[in-house]
Amino acid sequence: MAKDWLKGAKSAYDTIVVGSGLAGLTAANKLAKLGHQVLILEHHYNLGGLATWFKRKGGHILDISLHGFPIGMVKTCRKYWTREISESIIRLKNIRFDNPQFSFLTSFDKADFTRVMKDQFGILQKTIDDFFKTVRAMNFYDDLSMTTRELFEQFFPGRNDVHRLLMEPITYANGSTLDDPAITYGIVFANFMDKGVYTFQGGTDQLIKKMKKELLKNGVDIRNHCMVEKVLVEDRTVVGVRTNGREIHAKTVLSNSNLLSTIHKLTGDEHFSKEFLEEVSKVRLNDSSCQVYIGIKKGEKIENVGDLLFTSQEEEFKSESLLEPETTSRTFSFYYPEIRPGANRYSIVSSTNARFKDWANLSRAEYEKKKDRLIEKTLKALEKYVPDIRQKIGHLEASTPLTFKRYTKHPGGASFGTKFEGLQVSRNLPKQIAGLFHAGSVGIIMSGWLGAANYGVIVANEVDKFLHHLQHQPETELETANV
Amino acid sequence: MTRDQVRQAVLDIIIDIAPDEDFSAIKDEENLRDQFDLDSMDFLDIVMELRKRFNLEVPEKDYPELISMASSVEYLFPRLKDWKLAS
Repeated sequence: MAKDWLKGAKSAYDTIVVGSGLAGLTAANKLAKLGHQVLILEHHYNLGGLATWFKRKGGHILDISLHGFPIGMVKTCRKYWTREISESIIRLKNIRFDNPQFSFLTSFDKADFTRVMKDQFGILQKTIDDFFKTVRAMNFYDDLSMTTRELFEQFFPGRNDVHRLLMEPITYANGSTLDDPAITYGIVFANFMDKGVYTFQGGTDQLIKKMKKELLKNGVDIRNHCMVEKVLVEDRTVVGVRTNGREIHAKTVLSNSNLLSTIHKLTGDEHFSKEFLEEVSKVRLNDSSCQVYIGIKKGEKIENVGDLLFTSQEEEFKSESLLEPETTSRTFSFYYPEIRPGANRYSIVSSTNARFKDWANLSRAEYEKKKDRLIEKTLKALEKYVPDIRQKIGHLEASTPLTFKRYTKHPGGASFGTKFEGLQVSRNLPKQIAGLFHAGSVGIIMSGWLGAANYGVIVANEVDKFLHHLQHQPETELETANV
Repeated sequence: MTRDQVRQAVLDIIIDIAPDEDFSAIKDEENLRDQFDLDSMDFLDIVMELRKRFNLEVPEKDYPELISMASSVEYLFPRLKDWKLAS
């Protein structure tokens, strides 16, 4: 008989968190610390969602998305996780750009970026200062009509090279493009420019291990291998979920699944108003990614050529061309031994943005061939920086939008949730169904490591408010209902 | 609770939220964000702690009332004056 992954689970909880991405985990931890009984249901055998890693024979550990978040993560981990986790955050100081328009190394903070823009691009100090001041002041409530493209044109008209410098890293950080609202760019860029780019020492595996320990300490019930089939709703109120064929009751459900799957698949359109579904139909998914994972043989070394390398052979910068299957624009994340002290190992992960449709509907043979071509092109690009890379490879494999879909269940393998309009829909979900909440990558600004973790806390506050109300004012609610 | 106790309660919360900041020289009339490294997430934490410790809900539209220590006490005192502190 198959193992019962729900053995010992209770019949009811205050909150069931569906999925264990960073938003789901952070929300679960916060709610547990506020005194609520929380159950996490995750279909995969690991926790973390896209904050994940995998191991391969030969002692290889490969991280999917570890490289590069803003300094704000230190405070977020300190407040919503542990001091130990926040203290494991280290800075990545060597960010390298190399393309036909420019090539240099930067520490990717405001002071150094100002230097680069002045010396390499000949921009006036005042223009740079005004630009930083403008993006720094941007916030969520600002006008949405201006796009990032328009923002760049306003400050650096006709300077495609400057647009590339400013946009490319953020595209890889949160999937946004020149045509998204300027505030989605400004908020994220300003976060990075504050003090540079950071990562976790110890790797994703150690981080998730520490988070799991903290969740258990705070009394969260964690269940892997548990696929949630349905969110159960009665009279427009959440009553629980069905998972692995079993019903579990809950006063609230916080879905960390993709926003559109939460609505259409887990809950079902029949529970939402026509007007709401109309808004949902306008929500665009973000694009997906391809990655190539390169594990370096034990004993082999590679010189430090930068922590993050944004490379491209495209003459000019276009957001759209980043998505082309034949794109030469990619980011290399170099994991040196400092990332996992004691292991003395190296690995390299290449990321390109990609569209699901370019990889779906291929025959098995075509798919494998396309993957091989991706790997070959990646190695060729890498040879420019690590000439003898081919002799040092101990493990080599690639992932595509189909791989992302398989592990995250996100429609289209979306690796950055939804575009901006998704945020309002996510926020309005509880107004449609009492007790149903969503947290996860939405609206670009709530994406990436910091965005996802903080959005988890923002939604945990809403869940807490709801539970608190149920607990303390049931009579008043009844009276209101009777009036 | 007296005004002083409300002030102390707010201070206790802020100290818990930002344990690395030094609040000893806090100026009650001045904007908290101008004096300390506090962001919108910190204010959300203050709201959550007020709910947890004093069963008090601060609606989103009232968040600006928490801008300084003085305005926080002004806003919270009428809502907490009947709250009995555990002795």
